[in-house]
This record gives sequence, structure tokens and C-alpha cells, in this order.
Amino acid sequence: MQSSAEMITPVGSETLVKIRNLHYARGDRVIFDGVDLDIPRGKLTAIMGPSGTGKTTLLSLIGGQLAPDRGSIEVDGQQVQELGRTALYRLRRRMGMLFQSGALLTDLTVFDNVAFPLREHTDLPESMVRDLVLMKLQAVGLRGARDLQPSELSGGMARRVALARAIALDPMMIMYDEPFTGQDPISMGALVQLIRLLNDALGLTSIVVSHDVQETAAIADYIYVISGGKVIGQGTPDTLAKTDSARVQQFMQGLPDGPVPFHYPAPDYTEDLLDA
Amino acid sequence: MALSRSITLRRIIRKTCWMLELIRGLGRSGFGFFETLGRFNLFLLKILVGIPAVLVRPRLLIAQLFSVGVLSLPIIVVSGVFVGMVLALQGYNTLVDFGAEESLGVVVALSIVRELGPVVTGLLFAGRAGSALTAEIGLMKATEQLAGMEMMAVDPIHRVIAPRFLAGFISMPLLAAMFSAVGIYGGYFVGVGLLGVDEGAYWSQMQSKVDLYNDVFNGVIKSVVFGFVATWIAVFEGYDTVPTSEGVGRSTTRSVVYAAFAVLGLDFVLTALMFGD
Ligand SMILES: Nc1ncnc2c1ncn2[C@@H]1O[C@H](COP(=O)(O)OP(=O)(O)OP(=O)(O)O)[C@@H](O)[C@H]1O
Ligand SMILES: [Mg+2]
Repeated sequence: MQSSAEMITPVGSETLVKIRNLHYARGDRVIFDGVDLDIPRGKLTAIMGPSGTGKTTLLSLIGGQLAPDRGSIEVDGQQVQELGRTALYRLRRRMGMLFQSGALLTDLTVFDNVAFPLREHTDLPESMVRDLVLMKLQAVGLRGARDLQPSELSGGMARRVALARAIALDPMMIMYDEPFTGQDPISMGALVQLIRLLNDALGLTSIVVSHDVQETAAIADYIYVISGGKVIGQGTPDTLAKTDSARVQQFMQGLPDGPVPFHYPAPDYTEDLLDA
Repeated sequence: MALSRSITLRRIIRKTCWMLELIRGLGRSGFGFFETLGRFNLFLLKILVGIPAVLVRPRLLIAQLFSVGVLSLPIIVVSGVFVGMVLALQGYNTLVDFGAEESLGVVVALSIVRELGPVVTGLLFAGRAGSALTAEIGLMKATEQLAGMEMMAVDPIHRVIAPRFLAGFISMPLLAAMFSAVGIYGGYFVGVGLLGVDEGAYWSQMQSKVDLYNDVFNGVIKSVVFGFVATWIAVFEGYDTVPTSEGVGRSTTRSVVYAAFAVLGLDFVLTALMFGD
């Protein structure tokens, strides 16, 4: 335990999220098989890995929506899986999470969606709620869309609204699950900048899960590459780009052929086809 | 010889395996049933804990009262009128043979207040409001809205489920009362208006023979129980749904079927308890 903790030396000193020896399985399928991971406070950490390796699952574990089978997840000094409901909710108030699907409340307008956490958790007067909401919407470029229903938004727009909602309470940490998917080059560029800016200006800690290697590497302070239930590579974007690990190289350069399998575990292809 | 024996042996083994599999399956589904039952009850506890928070924020409740209660009114009122009219027709045909058509008001009122009001309203409520509740909550789960709320430190049971549950619980007795009232008017319309029963007799016999405690009050108790159970089933099925389109469809069906069974079964139990001395 101790030795593995010392091996990990991300940039920055203080860690906000500390994951040790994480094991997690869904039924028979092992998703995490001994993951150690540190998220430094105030930095932007990227988590990358092939589709289906469990990046979304990892964020759910950090947010306390799932409980690990073994190992520990510590957020801001607290063991997430040991927190009671009240304490967990108090912690979550300081975490923003951008869901892969956006997860907007479909019976509320864009404005009310962004206002939702403010109205639930604060007693701010309506005029101040309005100002805050408009500021957040302005940041994601959707101030003009405030009266639309979520069903009237495109996928990319919905995700930006979800981002505005995630930052509404000015959390200490935001977890972005694939913030860039479905964005055109312009809003992609704006989002990349925004995520970096939020991190620096508000001093928050960011965890970005993304497949977009170039964009993510451009803004991340530190990168973890997860595959096959383990951390297969980590480091600053520069060191990772120069790493001699074939598996990490394959992922960073997007090569279909290499040690990281493109396929979900399956029986032999020929046998499968012949096995009528 | 040896070959045929090995074949028989294999057949026996296969048969035992099949039976073992069956027993195992039975055990598993029995286990699953009790597990679901446990979750069903725990869920109610969590809802009840969330009720005070709803009362502090009546706006959420009012919105739900509208969609669960007010929007169910048309179907309840229309059904009530027709049920009352049919009762009057049927009742009149029987009563007139005994020269007792003056008692039509009593027959209609008792049938509706004691039995048909709560039961038919319960069934319609499960079909109209219960299915809508299940589908809405199930879809919220399938689209990660409930998970999103949890991550925003808002308990979906308090914010989403409890107001809907309370609204169903409040609406159902009111809807049943409405059903009974219009049903009696439906009977009046057919009996007095079309069949020529004496108007004074229709009302006065009803007034003297229908007991406030024994008939009306017991009917109200039924409707309260049906509302409670039907809404409980509806919100649970929605919350417990498998988060896919198929899952939501199944939950919605289950919600209506289970609620209908519960209403009819409980109706028997309650009737036996209250009216069978
Ligand atoms: N509800 C679930 N039940 C069972 N298995 C699941 C469930 N959700 C996810 N999985 C499995 O867990 C694994 C990890 O899923 P996860 O969504 O975390 O992947 P991911 O890394 O986020 O992928 P992507 O990049 O495509 O979003 C997948 O192999 C998936 O099959
Ligand atoms: Mg994912």
C-alpha cells in the first residue's frame, strides 16, 4: 500500500481525490482491478482510456453513487464510501458533475435547470439567482437559449447547459464526462478554453474524462490512461507523449492496431462465426 | 450395450440438470420476490421521511396535485355519470318487479358510495394517473435525471417522489367523492328524468337509508387506502424501473396491473372487515 502511494507523484502537492487499490466489478466483469490514482487540488487532471474501460464508472465511484468492492476513495480527506447520507450530500454540494448525457431535467426550461441547484441549496433572492444563472449561461454561450426546453436543444447545447448547471454553485471540483463530444470546432474551442479558465480563475479542481486526445492534452496538467482495469500510463502531457509504453502510445496516437484491444472481450472471431 | 447405457446415463444426467436448474430458478425468483418486497417497503419509509419537506414547499405539491388530480377529473366524472346511469337502469328493472322503484335512490347511492365509487375510481386512477407517474419517473431514471439530481445533492425521493406520492394520496379520495356525487346524479337523471321515479322518493329514501358512518365513511376509508396503495405502487415501479425504453414500458404495465390487483384484493378485505359483521 504505502509503496504504491509513494510511487505516484503528480504535479502539485496536495491531493483532493486519493484512490487506492480500487477494485470494482459489475457481475463477472471486472472493471477496476487495483487502480491507484491521485487528483491534485487546483489542477486539471484528465482521465483517458478506450470506450468501455470504466471512466464513467470511475466518476460515479468518486461521487459516491457506486461503492467500490475493495480499496478506498478519499475526497477532500473523507472516505466517500463510509459517509452517511447527510455527509455525502454535503460533500456532493461541493462537487459538480457533467453527465455524459447532460441529464437535464426535462420538465424545466434551460434557465430553471441552471437555477435548480441555486434554488435547492441557497436562499438567494430571485433577482440574484437570475444574475447568477445568466452569468453561467453567458459563459457557455447560451444566454439567449434560456427560455428553451431541453427537448429543443441539440446534444452539444444540452451538454453546455449541463456545464452551466454544474458550475452554478461554484463547486470545489468538477467532473466532466466527455464534455467535448458533439461539439462543433467553434464551441469545442470555446469549451476547452472555458474549462481551463474555470479551473484557473475559480481555483477549482477539474477531472476531465475525454477521448479527444489533442484537445485534452492541450489543457490538462496531468493525464491518467486507464485500460483493462488498470492505470497503464500517467504523466504530464509532454512526458506521456514521449513515453515508450506501446499501449499508451497507441492510445495517444489513436492507432487501431496495437496492444490495447479495440474489441470488447469476445470468443475467437472465426469460431464464433462458424458456431452456428 | 455399453453405448446404449452411456446414452441413458447421459439422458438421466441431462434431466437431473434440468430439474436442478428449475429448482435453482425457482429459488432465485422467490429470493428476488422477497428482495423486491423489501425494497418496496423501504421505499415507502424513505418517502414518508421526505413528506415534511414537501409540506414546507407547497409549490411542488400543487403542481403535482394538478397533474395527478385535476387532469384525472374528466375521465372520473364521465365514468361516474355513466356508472350511475347504468345502475339506475339495472336497478329499476329489478325493483319495478317488486313495486319498489321508489327505493332506486338507495340502491344507486349505496352501490356507488360503498363499492363502485372507490373501486372504479381506484382502477381508473391506476390507469390514468398511476401509469403516468410510473412512466414519468421511469423516464427520468432512464435519462439519468434522477442520478443527476443525486449528484447535485438533491435527494430525488424528496424532490420528485414524495410530492407525487402525496398528491396521489390526496387526490384519490377527492376523485372518488367526485365520482360518487356525479354517479348519484347520473342515476337521478335516468331514474327520475327518464324512467319516472318520484323525485322526492329518490332523494328522501336515500337520505334516510344511507348512513353517514356505515356507508359514506367506510367508502371514504376504502378510497384512502386505494389511493395510498395505487400511488405507492406507481412511484415504486417508476423508481425501480430498468433504465431502458423497454424497462419503462414494462414498469408502466406492471404499475397498472399490480395496482388493479391491489385495489380489487384490498376491496374484498376491507369489505369483509367493515360490512361483514
Ligand atoms: N449499469 C450497468 N450494468 C452493467 N454493466 C455496466 C453498467 N454500466 C456500465 N457497465 C459496464 O461497465 C463498463 C464500463 O462502463 P463505463 O460507462 O464506465 O465506460 P466508459 O469508460 O465511460 O466508456 P465510454 O468512453 O464509452 O463512455 C462497460 O464495459 C459496461 O459494459
Ligand atoms: Mg462514459
